[in-house]
Amino acid sequence: MNPAELKFAKTHEWVSISENQEKIIATVGISAFAVEALTDLVFIELPEVGREVDMDESFCEVESVKAVSDVYSPVAGTVIAVNETLPDALETLSSDPYGDGWIAKIELTDGAPLDDLLDFDSYQKQCEEEAH
Amino acid sequence: MTFFYNTPENQQAMLEAIGARSLDELFEPIPEELKLQHPLQLPPALSELELDQHLRELAVGNQHAGQKICFLGGGCYDHFIPAAVDTIGSRSEFYTSYTPYQAEVSQGNLQVIFEYQSLMTRLTGLDISNASLYDGGSATAEAVLMAIADTRRYGKVVVPETLHPEYRQTIATYVENLGVAVETVATPSGLLQPDDLSAHVDDQTACVVLQQPNFFGCLEDASSVVQTTHQAGALLVGVFDPISLGLLARPGDWSAPGEGADIAVAEGHTLGTPMSYGGPFLGIMCCRENLVRRMPGRIVGQTVDRRGKPCYVLTLQTREQHIRREKATSNVCTNQGLFALRATAHLSLFGPQGLRETANLCLQKSRYAADQICQHQRFELAFPEPTFKEFVIRDRKANVGELMETSLAAGYLAGIPLAPWYPERADCFLVAVTEKRTKAEIDGLVDALIGATNAVTTSIS
Repeated sequence: MNPAELKFAKTHEWVSISENQEKIIATVGISAFAVEALTDLVFIELPEVGREVDMDESFCEVESVKAVSDVYSPVAGTVIAVNETLPDALETLSSDPYGDGWIAKIELTDGAPLDDLLDFDSYQKQCEEEAH
Repeated sequence: MTFFYNTPENQQAMLEAIGARSLDELFEPIPEELKLQHPLQLPPALSELELDQHLRELAVGNQHAGQKICFLGGGCYDHFIPAAVDTIGSRSEFYTSYTPYQAEVSQGNLQVIFEYQSLMTRLTGLDISNASLYDGGSATAEAVLMAIADTRRYGKVVVPETLHPEYRQTIATYVENLGVAVETVATPSGLLQPDDLSAHVDDQTACVVLQQPNFFGCLEDASSVVQTTHQAGALLVGVFDPISLGLLARPGDWSAPGEGADIAVAEGHTLGTPMSYGGPFLGIMCCRENLVRRMPGRIVGQTVDRRGKPCYVLTLQTREQHIRREKATSNVCTNQGLFALRATAHLSLFGPQGLRETANLCLQKSRYAADQICQHQRFELAFPEPTFKEFVIRDRKANVGELMETSLAAGYLAGIPLAPWYPERADCFLVAVTEKRTKAEIDGLVDALIGATNAVTTSIS
């Protein structure tokens, strides 16, 4: 997926919105910037399918050799799928963060807001500021 | 380290340094009602000589297993310890090194822990062992926490009444503030019955904890418990007796080879550490590989250094302290290094054949003891089930307290009354017979118990 077409949360998650039979599905992952900042990843704890999450709620953990970091849900909804292949192939998070490195698919709660999400350019700016 | 006196001058200097005029001023923020308004109620200080005499007087009141003939069990047993275990365990390189904070400098310590772990995985039939925990009870509770975290089932944990009552209390303490219920399955037959277990296990059950042999010494139908537990998607925590594994199936193989307990824990003092009035002890913990990231404590791994020589490193050890921090699911960051060393020496000396012989002696001698005690009409086995080294005797006269006292006077620690934990079994006591007990000692116990019987009969008539 082209990152320029994605939405981003300030906490470094990306979101891709699609519609499927009137349901709005958000595919969520973490940005290339975040993966690089985390350094060597050793473990991911995926959320449970069926779990209801609020916006900004921690729903996944990634562990690197340095720290454990929360992954926050950028949307409110229900987890309908998780990327089961990730725990055994953590390198996918860095080799293809916006594609095969997706973490979860979340079916949005009706009327759940997407307004706070950043577009790619604004997110890039935030990353540049953080990098300094 | 330099010793600092706490003189009035030192106190004054410290107060000045922080800008307080007096201790009272320093403690002013503490509300008056919380301050102790009188001196601590302690007797006057003793001189070193007086203190030495006083402590000796107190110590004489203790009676250790070496002074009496010991049939006590219930998690703490009088097993034989070869002198070589003391010799190795007393070497100052091991004895004084405590826990390696700069771990990789202490290659010898790490190698011992690695060998301990290797022995434990072979003993249990599971993939991974940690470097040990504090004791059997806390290891069991830590295993329950692992199961809750792994299954993400916060509904309940299921324990049969046949699990050590103090282990059940420890579990209850550990999960008290997690909102997880501890459901206890009644076991009137002395065994966990498959149907009773099925009625308690559901899709909110994180784990079932099964002790084999159980607290009453009886052998549970571990295979059916494994299946019922796994069918419900729960994990099985197996509590085992290391010595029993000379004869019984390994926890990892309870149902079939490679199929059994997911986490196995044990009180490991029986491998080379004396009873010591009940501790400190050794907590053994092993698990399947998929649970390794949930495992508390530290794990030592073998690797090669830059010259290609074998060396040892701490693996995953830093996770709870340095990486998971507030997300940690356990606060255990250490191990019982000295007792793990003793267990390693002990098992290395025994080998598989020695462990089998020891277990067989326990079995044969305990069977002989049970038969001899039950020769007398006053006594019967509380449960007809097969046992290993412990069994429960029912006193038809329901006077266990007096039996224990009379036996003690005759030089025998005859057993553990069940009354404190099982009020409905106040007429029962638990007897443990290890390989150390001789035929003469067992016969002496029987005489002491029957002597008590005769004494009671006389006093009644």
